[in-house]
Amino acid sequence: MSTISIQDTHHHGTHDDHGHGHHHETFLTKYVFSQDHKMIAKQFLITGIIMAVIAMGLSILFRLQLAWPNESFPILQTFLGKWAEGGRIRPDFYLALVTIHGTIMVFFVLTAGLSGTFSNLLIPLQVGARDMASPFLNMLSYWFFFTACVVMMSSFFIQTGPASAGWTVYPPLSAIAKAIPGSGLGMTLWLVSMVLFVASSLMGGINYVTTILNMRTKGMDLWKMPLTIWAFFLTAILGILSFPVLVAGVVLLIFDRSFGTSFYLSDIVMGTQILPNEGGSPILWQHLFWFLGHPEVYIVIMPAMGISSEIISVNSRKPIFGYHAMIYSLIGITVLSFIVWGHHMFVTGMNPLLGGVFMITTLIIAVPSAVKTFNWLATLWRGNIRFTPAMLFAIGMVSFFISGGLTGIWLGNAALDINLHDTYFVVAHFHLVMGSAAIFGMLAGVYHWFPKMFGRLMDKKLGYLHFWVTFTCAYLVFFPLHFLGLDGVPRRYYAFTEFEFMQKWVTVNVLVTWSAIIAALAQVAFLFNFFYSIFKGKVSPQNPWEANTLEWTAPIERLHGNWPGEIPTVYRWPYDYSKPGADEDFIPQTVPFSQTMSSNLPHDFEGNTIAEQVQREWDIANKPADKADLD
Amino acid sequence: MSLRKLIVNKTMAALAVLFTAFASTNALAQEAGTAATAKPIDMGPVYQSTLFYVLLFLLLCLFIAIVGKALKVYELTRETQGKADGINWNLVNGVLFVVFLAVGLYGVYWEYAVHGKMILPEAASEHGKKIDEMFNVTLILTTIVFVLTHLALFLFAYFYRGQKDRKAYYYPHNNLIEKIWTIVPAIALTILVLMGFLTWRSIFYKIEDPNNKPLSVEITSSQFQWDIRYPGADGVVGLKNYKKITAINNLGIDFGDKNSLDDQTADELVLPVGKPVRLILTSKDVIHSFYMPHFRVQLNTVPGMTSYFEFTPTITSEQMKAKTNDPSFKYLIICSKICGDSHYKMQKPVRVVTQAEYNEWVAKQVPYLTNDLRKEFHLPVVAEPVSAAATAATDSTAANTVSPNSDVPAKTATKQTAIKK
Repeated sequence: MSTISIQDTHHHGTHDDHGHGHHHETFLTKYVFSQDHKMIAKQFLITGIIMAVIAMGLSILFRLQLAWPNESFPILQTFLGKWAEGGRIRPDFYLALVTIHGTIMVFFVLTAGLSGTFSNLLIPLQVGARDMASPFLNMLSYWFFFTACVVMMSSFFIQTGPASAGWTVYPPLSAIAKAIPGSGLGMTLWLVSMVLFVASSLMGGINYVTTILNMRTKGMDLWKMPLTIWAFFLTAILGILSFPVLVAGVVLLIFDRSFGTSFYLSDIVMGTQILPNEGGSPILWQHLFWFLGHPEVYIVIMPAMGISSEIISVNSRKPIFGYHAMIYSLIGITVLSFIVWGHHMFVTGMNPLLGGVFMITTLIIAVPSAVKTFNWLATLWRGNIRFTPAMLFAIGMVSFFISGGLTGIWLGNAALDINLHDTYFVVAHFHLVMGSAAIFGMLAGVYHWFPKMFGRLMDKKLGYLHFWVTFTCAYLVFFPLHFLGLDGVPRRYYAFTEFEFMQKWVTVNVLVTWSAIIAALAQVAFLFNFFYSIFKGKVSPQNPWEANTLEWTAPIERLHGNWPGEIPTVYRWPYDYSKPGADEDFIPQTVPFSQTMSSNLPHDFEGNTIAEQVQREWDIANKPADKADLD
Repeated sequence: MSLRKLIVNKTMAALAVLFTAFASTNALAQEAGTAATAKPIDMGPVYQSTLFYVLLFLLLCLFIAIVGKALKVYELTRETQGKADGINWNLVNGVLFVVFLAVGLYGVYWEYAVHGKMILPEAASEHGKKIDEMFNVTLILTTIVFVLTHLALFLFAYFYRGQKDRKAYYYPHNNLIEKIWTIVPAIALTILVLMGFLTWRSIFYKIEDPNNKPLSVEITSSQFQWDIRYPGADGVVGLKNYKKITAINNLGIDFGDKNSLDDQTADELVLPVGKPVRLILTSKDVIHSFYMPHFRVQLNTVPGMTSYFEFTPTITSEQMKAKTNDPSFKYLIICSKICGDSHYKMQKPVRVVTQAEYNEWVAKQVPYLTNDLRKEFHLPVVAEPVSAAATAATDSTAANTVSPNSDVPAKTATKQTAIKK
């Protein structure tokens, strides 16, 4: 299948002598309750992919409803039974679909599927560690996540259906079973699933932080870490600090729902039935939720940023432009993301003074984001770009991040948000910036590190097909939605049939739905490519992309402990690509400066005067030769 | 040999379809739906057409597999002939990026030109104009950045596509450039923040004009309706208490409060043009969002918390009909916060009229207080001269214009309206 012609690397075969099978691994310990970070990464990835396919399927279902609100699809009844009686999706089930689609995508795919996969895979391999700090905790992290997925999906098989109050589950709608059928048992399952998920996320996060801080190999100081690691590190910190707040919120909601407390409820009358709750505030939930919820969108996008930075640098054959600026902007985003949550609440009736404050912090966060974008562009400039599928997806990620990020400037402006809040404009905005961009970052990572996970290469041409169809269709889906929002069409509407002014958008919905269907079918190319290549893909050389980072010095074969013998020492930063004077256009981190005398720059020695002296002497001794080379 | 591979490919394609049976059947259901009519459905044709589309998709997969094979054969022959790589994928993708850029930019232009024309008409309120100004500034600024960055992104992708004989330029950082592109966005955003902040303040911190005092109107949301309460002649919306809600007092109005006695109910929100309106927003059950897109007004209605939004409508419904060239144009209140299964239906018409028309209209509106409620609140019951006809408009007009300064709120009785449930 594959036609990738990669020059075989020089290191190939040097590690053939490592000891095989010094642990006795049973099927259960190798594939199920594995404590090897690489296997756990694969478990996260495959679970994430399955959840993504499910969530994508759900989105196609509600897109069908939006495009053809008056049509009936008898085949749906075959699959969905009473949820689609007569072949038409019911309004409450429609809301359940959007709720579960959002929940799965945000938490299970883009948080666990993304961070879980790549933090687990890359942290030990890129910082030079044998495994995570706590392999057992790591295993638990996956199994809590898996259980959370199962609990969430189980809500499709209960009488009252899954949670349907939107993925933000604002009470009182989510707190009162009478308000909507999904707020019965389905909501309880949602909450339980979320508690399990947060537990998983915390166990993972603690592991990532400890591993990065304590288990770096010799020479790997913080400023020599790849941007992926920086991104995972800061993401994990964000998660550790913000996810517990969600648990607090969830527990209070469980109390309100099941034990009659009034944290979020007050002055409520359902029909004429006066509820006894007094003194609570639904706004409290929104504060608690968005205190996680906003950092959450950075938890989703920062790993994608790190992955894209790495891939863009490798495939442009250029150092990432402004390495330090990239890190400081990540740190800036991390810190600021804790004080912007109120921009989700401009129109809740919260004190307008707060609205002004949150607007200021929100627009400040656009500055580090802009810096990152410009740095990516500068990295591409005068590069020698290899369009691997991973690179295409990384470029796509940058494009989506720009398109979606710019509309963030609209929504972050409290005055504009008055009219855009909860409209399709918001839907378009976050699907581009956090949906599409993060998914593209994730797909880029899958294509790039597939050889590291499975020792084989994915097919390049299918990757191209996958990218171009998905990229085009994603824009076709989300770009027009902005205009629905500008026309004041609210989100989460079951049909546009009740308002005359919305009729004109139904044709746009048809276009959007068809684009979504084609995009969904394009994922078949990916799924096939992925699963086929696991077993039948072309065997990968050890360093297929000629990258500098440490993971490509580890042998192709899966090995518990990552490196046979000693862990390599790191001498330089990970971005020495196309360095003038070097023979190759890449110099791995493990190559000491003494072996690259011809390409060393004064800056490389970080003020080490002895090394500078040695280099100067070498330069004097070799200068004539150098000159001759240049001429 | 290649034939054998082809067969292998077919089975692979079939497998791929199985993987996504879920997604594809959804896609296909559309045609299935149109093919089969409603009522007791004969599923035969449905399954048949579904199968048809599955096969069609399989065929597509097969086609892609054959193209893939052909490409591979081509590349292999090139390789065996000792020539350079068959297909220069860097060039292909670089060119595709340029094509995408060109088509994409045209697409964006088309969107702005066509869909951009379908968006909301100009703001029909004073503060809305300021919001629209901000909107335009932001739109222009972001569009410029959007186009420039995408030009750079896709053109770099084309011009710096990988070539054998070239080496990338080692350029790890340039502090000056980085400072510039940190400070420039920071300045641009500061300007936007300041503008936004001032606009925001001017919307929510209103200084009352003593000569043009706002009209108070209370809005109560519940699943799935909007209830409107006008203050009556005293201009004050009376107290209410959710604990007083009964079948006949659906808002829980406290008629012990004198200000409540003349409060009126209305089927639509009618506002006099040019007069500030102070909306008192409350909710009975879950959170809703009071959204009037044409006036750039939105605020959530939250149970247990009263919120306020003050604005001044500037364009009457009739004027707007002329401006939009749409005789059926209607201002609307819609709900934009998910509130239950009929969320998508929740609405109320709004009309902006001249002050004279408003005076005439408001006089016809019916008080909330009915004889049943009088009994409940131990207020003197008033005799009923007219039978409860739904259109007894003229009588109630006379009644409502009188100032309700006595314990008997209106000198004649009003019709008994069944409070809209």
